[in-house]
Amino acid sequence: MGKFTLEEVNDMYVDVLRELGNIGAGNATTAISSMLGIRIDMNVPKVELVEASKLGSAICPEDEIIVGIFLEVQTDIEGSMMFLLKMDSAQYLVNKLMGRDISYQKEFDEMDLSALKEIGNIIAASYLSALSTITNLVITPSIPYISVDMAASILSVPAIQFGQFGDNALLIETEFGDDVMINGYFILMPEQDSYDKILTALGLSI
Amino acid sequence: MSEVIRVGMADLNICKAPDIITTLGLGSCIGLTFYDPVTKIGGMVHYMLPDSTQMRNNSNIAKFADTGIEELLRRVVGAGANRGRLVAKIAGGAKMFEVSGMSNVGNIGERNAIAAKEKLKELKIRLIAEDTGLNYGRTVELHCETGEFYIKSVGKPLKII
Repeated sequence: MGKFTLEEVNDMYVDVLRELGNIGAGNATTAISSMLGIRIDMNVPKVELVEASKLGSAICPEDEIIVGIFLEVQTDIEGSMMFLLKMDSAQYLVNKLMGRDISYQKEFDEMDLSALKEIGNIIAASYLSALSTITNLVITPSIPYISVDMAASILSVPAIQFGQFGDNALLIETEFGDDVMINGYFILMPEQDSYDKILTALGLSI
Repeated sequence: MSEVIRVGMADLNICKAPDIITTLGLGSCIGLTFYDPVTKIGGMVHYMLPDSTQMRNNSNIAKFADTGIEELLRRVVGAGANRGRLVAKIAGGAKMFEVSGMSNVGNIGERNAIAAKEKLKELKIRLIAEDTGLNYGRTVELHCETGEFYIKSVGKPLKII
């Protein structure tokens, strides 16, 4: 294997994550589509390198309320991942799942939150199984945790995780839906050792 | 007419009456303010991590409690605040997700809050109010005219400390 510079490795890592985003979104789309009984299309995901301290405003204004679903991962890779949905997308998915009219809009109750957690869980598992397939590493997710709060508050969690060993975070944006397109954002936060492990498993090394 | 000065994540700035200094959506980070009630000069730092000495990459001083608080102190004193009169207030340090166990994600907010107290003790500056912990985000504003610290959270009444 040849030697790569850190820049080159990062470029390749972004490519791999884009591919991961593709497969993950594909898996997630199939899962959600069969769960909700609707036909879903998806677009090619965008991968963005964002300065960790700018993460709070990367997907919407800092004080806009969003839904964050957080899972810890372990076994071969240690770390965590997060899936983020804007309120209109979250509301749409919950309405679909609960069999309500799509125009229904009300503050989420316990039942809605639990439904969202399940949706987040399915989407997260889809991405993790894609990552597991690409890297051939065993990845076990924890139960999902949910927070409905200001974007900057929720995104402070990955910002801090990334802030510990660098200044940049990778944000994968996916878009899927039928008549209404849903924007979801996915952030993978491996611990430093696991980051190296992922790169090695992918045949990249610094 | 007062102006509103925005402080981002891993950022700091100073402020004079009648202006307001604010940071939006503090999660596990801490918003720490200094205020001199006589000159009505204040400042805010929004830091992310407790300790710069534990990090390889620590060039951004506003990112860490230790270096960020020191720099904020230097700036407010430089702007004319009296060091002996300065009082501090803090908010943030939430645990945004109810992660079980003592993982890094679980306790970073708490460690950030402790770091503020330790640094203030070392600098001999009084911490006169705090609103930290729990599981929700906070938007905070320091009103330099009065020294009041406004805390706004989703679905909760305005809190002034």
